[in-house]
Amino acid sequence: MKRDASIALVLFALVALLPLSGEAYWMRLGTTMLMYGVLAMSWNFIGGMAGYPSFAVAAFFGLGAYAGAVAQKFGVPMGFAWVGAGLLALVFAALLGVALLRLRGHYFAIASLVVAEVLRELVNSMTGLTGGGMGLNLPIPAMASVDAQARFFFYVMLLLAAVTFTAMLITANSKLGFGLRCIQQNESAADMLGVDTTFYKVSAFMLSGVFVGVAGAVYASWVYYIEPPDVFDVLYSVKAIVMVLLGGAGSMFGPLVGAAAFLSLEELVWRNYLEVHTGVLGLMIVLLVLFLPKGLISLSQRLGRRGKLR
Amino acid sequence: MPLLYFQILANGLVLGGLYACIASGFSLVWGVQNVINILHGSFIVLGAYLAYFAHLHAGIHPFLSILIAIPVFFAIGYGLQRMMINRIIAAPVLLTLTLTFGLDLMLQNGMIMAFTADFKKLVLDPPLGTIALGEVVLPVDRLAAMALALALTAMLYLILSRSRIGRAIVAVRMDREAAALMGVNVARIYAITFGLGVMMAGASGPLLAMIFPISPLGGPAYLGKAFVICVLGGLGSVPGAMIGGLVLGVVESFGALWFGPEHAVTLSFSLLILMLLFRPHGLLGRKGYE
Repeated sequence: MKRDASIALVLFALVALLPLSGEAYWMRLGTTMLMYGVLAMSWNFIGGMAGYPSFAVAAFFGLGAYAGAVAQKFGVPMGFAWVGAGLLALVFAALLGVALLRLRGHYFAIASLVVAEVLRELVNSMTGLTGGGMGLNLPIPAMASVDAQARFFFYVMLLLAAVTFTAMLITANSKLGFGLRCIQQNESAADMLGVDTTFYKVSAFMLSGVFVGVAGAVYASWVYYIEPPDVFDVLYSVKAIVMVLLGGAGSMFGPLVGAAAFLSLEELVWRNYLEVHTGVLGLMIVLLVLFLPKGLISLSQRLGRRGKLR
Repeated sequence: MPLLYFQILANGLVLGGLYACIASGFSLVWGVQNVINILHGSFIVLGAYLAYFAHLHAGIHPFLSILIAIPVFFAIGYGLQRMMINRIIAAPVLLTLTLTFGLDLMLQNGMIMAFTADFKKLVLDPPLGTIALGEVVLPVDRLAAMALALALTAMLYLILSRSRIGRAIVAVRMDREAAALMGVNVARIYAITFGLGVMMAGASGPLLAMIFPISPLGGPAYLGKAFVICVLGGLGSVPGAMIGGLVLGVVESFGALWFGPEHAVTLSFSLLILMLLFRPHGLLGRKGYE
């Protein structure tokens, strides 16, 4: 645990130096990468540790984005709106978890996938509160310059990613993390041996919701304008899963490695092949699942072992 | 008012027959292999494009293009399972789900590039007109599409219950190991099952093209309906898909009347979540083999 914590400290400190580059492009990429990291690490609580194939990331993200935006519309200061959005996502995850976590396998996957669709339709139809399909504009934070704004949101995302990582590190080394790994291996046996599976699963689901909710709210403030198909996009759920798979599920740095690797690939494809970018994303997913199902981290182990044999 | 209700009920049943056809193949694959085929919706759309272009360029009636769709889509499904899905069939559900999702992104992107993102509508000339059953009026094209959908679904039922291969599929579904010990080639049966599932998707495409506009991104909506129907009717049984499809069609029609058509998705997905929580084995209540 200490080793992981010190590696993480160095890593986050290095990332914090990024604004020195002074390039707006790198700032935007860095902020997106940190946001992706938050989504991937959050998914890791329920998907990586407990082994439940959750597609609820998009639901938490959209909920957080709209909660933060609507709160600011009514004059709540930005910081409070973000925290409030996180708390709302936490409560929502608790209620949803109690209902849905009784399902297993595909049934749970679909039920969690559907939640984002239902929320999107509801937000779409509540035009008075959320602007409906027209979307919602957010107040632009009063800051000296555009660069200062970019730096501000970068550091906010960095802080959020650090908090999420800390939560993940503490969870993985606690009784909760142990119980979740038991549930992943054999839920019925864990239940029989006295692990309170419902409590553990709901706790993991809440952890997987709260930081995504905050990330959604910060994202909304960062881009000033949100609309339902943008923030309730099922691709957020899929990307979180792909990033964790890419990095290596269940490992401490897997989600972060996956987020960085995924964003690099996505950015390359976006920049060079805009027309076919969803197709290339799909191809990446297919190749990843077929040839590298244990992630990039397993690659280094595999190469290492092969090296020793020679 | 009761007359209106009869009309709505009739509309719902016609729609439901088509839904049954959409869902039966999806339910088969899910029930037999425990694989959710995210591609199912996009294959329906691809089938609809097949009918559209066959009608536009060769003047083939959409009902006849089903005969082209059946072998083509069976082959696609068979090959897909043989080359890709069989390789990870034993992996956790998350991986098969993610794989078909990736393939779906590729197919959607390909369809946008090939057919453009514009909506297309297959228009028959001359139109088939309407038919009046007492006071209830129904368009003939919808009625015929429903009849063909039910015929296709019945065909799948007969294949599963009467043919040798169908019995092998059911055997694999009940107990894969035991079936393998009895000499069933499980990998081949999986490929045939997936082929049949994709075939049902592709064959229902031309039927839907008669009624709805075609869009390359229309797949997920059909997929969502297939999910709901499977959960309503229970997994892997053709009669279950039939019941689930008819129920969903009727619920959607009355929902549109009472709550407004913009809430159709919310309504059917709320129904899905309630069903999952209270009747996870479907309305028929028969426990599946999983």
